[in-house]
Amino acid sequence: MIQLEARASASRLATWLSPLAALVLTMLGGALLFVILGVDPWQGLRLFLVEPFNGLYAWGELAVKAAPLALCAVGLSICFRANVWNIGAEGQLVAGAIAGGGVALLAGPETWRGYVLLVMAAGMLGGMAWAALTAWLKDRFGANEMLVSLMLTYVIQLLLGYLVFGPWRDPYGYNFPQSRSFDEAALLPTLWEGTRAHAGLALAFAAAAVAWLFLARSYPGFRLRVVGAAPAAARYAGYSPRQALWTSMLACGALAGLAGMGEVAGPMQRLTTSVSPGYGFAAVIAAFLGRLHPAGALVASVVMAALYIGGELAQSRLGLPASIVGVFQGLALALLLLGDTLVRHRIRWRRPAPAAR
Amino acid sequence: MENLLPLVAATLNAGTPLALAALGLAMHERAGVINLGAEGMMLLAAAAGFAAAFHTGSPWWGLAAGAAAGAALAAGFALLVVVFNASQYGSGLAAMLLGSGLSAFAGVSYAGRSLARGETGLPLLRELPWVGNTVFALHPLVYATMALAVLLAWFLYRTRAGMLLRAVGESPESAHALGYPVGRIRTLAILAGGLCCGLAGAYLSVVYTQLWSEGMVAGRGWMALALIAFGMWHPLWILLGAYLFGGLTMLQFQLQGMGVQVPSQFLAMLPYVCTIAVLALRGANPGWLRRNMPRSLGRPFLPER
Repeated sequence: MIQLEARASASRLATWLSPLAALVLTMLGGALLFVILGVDPWQGLRLFLVEPFNGLYAWGELAVKAAPLALCAVGLSICFRANVWNIGAEGQLVAGAIAGGGVALLAGPETWRGYVLLVMAAGMLGGMAWAALTAWLKDRFGANEMLVSLMLTYVIQLLLGYLVFGPWRDPYGYNFPQSRSFDEAALLPTLWEGTRAHAGLALAFAAAAVAWLFLARSYPGFRLRVVGAAPAAARYAGYSPRQALWTSMLACGALAGLAGMGEVAGPMQRLTTSVSPGYGFAAVIAAFLGRLHPAGALVASVVMAALYIGGELAQSRLGLPASIVGVFQGLALALLLLGDTLVRHRIRWRRPAPAAR
Repeated sequence: MENLLPLVAATLNAGTPLALAALGLAMHERAGVINLGAEGMMLLAAAAGFAAAFHTGSPWWGLAAGAAAGAALAAGFALLVVVFNASQYGSGLAAMLLGSGLSAFAGVSYAGRSLARGETGLPLLRELPWVGNTVFALHPLVYATMALAVLLAWFLYRTRAGMLLRAVGESPESAHALGYPVGRIRTLAILAGGLCCGLAGAYLSVVYTQLWSEGMVAGRGWMALALIAFGMWHPLWILLGAYLFGGLTMLQFQLQGMGVQVPSQFLAMLPYVCTIAVLALRGANPGWLRRNMPRSLGRPFLPER
């Protein structure tokens, strides 16, 4: 019988090694899956481990996917630090895409180049508004933020569907459910020639830096962390959990909104029925893999982005469903939790004691 | 009356998967375990159930396979939560992601296929006028779900084992001190609940729609979680709440049929918006919320040796 014993303190090194171990084991699990599917495991794993980093264009694609993931993951790290279980970043992302896209549609061919700043602001505000709804329902009515933010994700996706099927549909788009493509002035600039990497990447780095400064070097950030880590101590010190709730939700909403705006004003250049392949959910894993640290979230987002690219390659080259990514994601999170148990506990094997009645 | 009966039947049909999942999750929660993986368990079961029903040609094998798939994923969740003492929230999310990933992965070759309509209705009762071809013409699992709710209520409040389950949910420390195997009881509750969630998912693909599509559970797992608190952790209230929500899903089709000029997307938002309303309503009334809520809900339990 396995028996767990809490360790007095978790080792710092082990805390950071646990996500690495989880990823290595996920890849081993992936290799096993490939063997079961009759694919050469090395050929399969190459698509996830090597191909996404192969050449300038590949790095550009990695940046395209890592940017929205990192923006959401940094935002979620702040929420989770405050013990606010916002798992509706996907919905806040879509809200940002709708708001940013709506403003982008107003631009014409003659519009000033700086107009994109307005698009960015709109995306940010859209995400914040959607997150504020969750925060308000939690604050005013005590509604569970996890379920509310998820339900709101379904609602906003339906709203997006309504817009691109209805009022915003491109009249010259052969009846496809999508808006007209945005004009140049409303698009994010590309960072390097020859890639699709756009300014969203710079936003992600900036967001991580600001989030680190806020969490690690500011008094409001400290209060937020105390509220999350030790509610009783926070109450004694007079730190407000309401403030932590609103700050973290609005910050996450702003970042997720930027991520959504970046998708439509970046690689997609228009609104369609689906603006994200689940970045908001994958970002939950990225936040945990990154140990709820902004820098960790950045690195973990690159890993998750490589997973997405590997999944696309597995689909195009090996004919496997792209949803293999979801299997890897779930496996990674489960293994991470397992690893964290071992970080915090010592395992003892002992014979079960006779039950005393 | 003749117009109302088909509506009642449709409501019962739509409410059944919600009720099954919510009853399963209530077993979890009564033992002090919150499982956010319901959506994943239902999705995995929907895929597994559809595949089994498709290949065997029998919806019963489909339901059985779905139940087994739900229980299998629940076993993984139990391993994390009970044996390895991991966070229930994190483990639930992992089960959700793994379940939806696996179901999308395994189900991809079944997209666009459909199942033959199986035998439904209750023998004898289905011969009755009016009610026979409406309310009593549904799949037997609909009526089994009602029975399950009654049975679960009896189990929880009238049997020793049920009291033990509730005791573990209230205070695992006391149950442990009295010599009861908390981990084993929680594991059993998780497995039984996973079985129910699996049945619910398989019901959706095998009986309700008779098709498979990716993400077809469409948030019902999460709604079931909200329903439990709405039903104050009591099986009969949960059943009632599930039918209320089932009726709501039917309402959108009714309104469309009546020619109401509202875009379909707004009608499809109804169940989600109502779930939020329910969450806000019961959150605003802490007394109502706390009345039956298991004290140890969401808290891992590690015995002191």
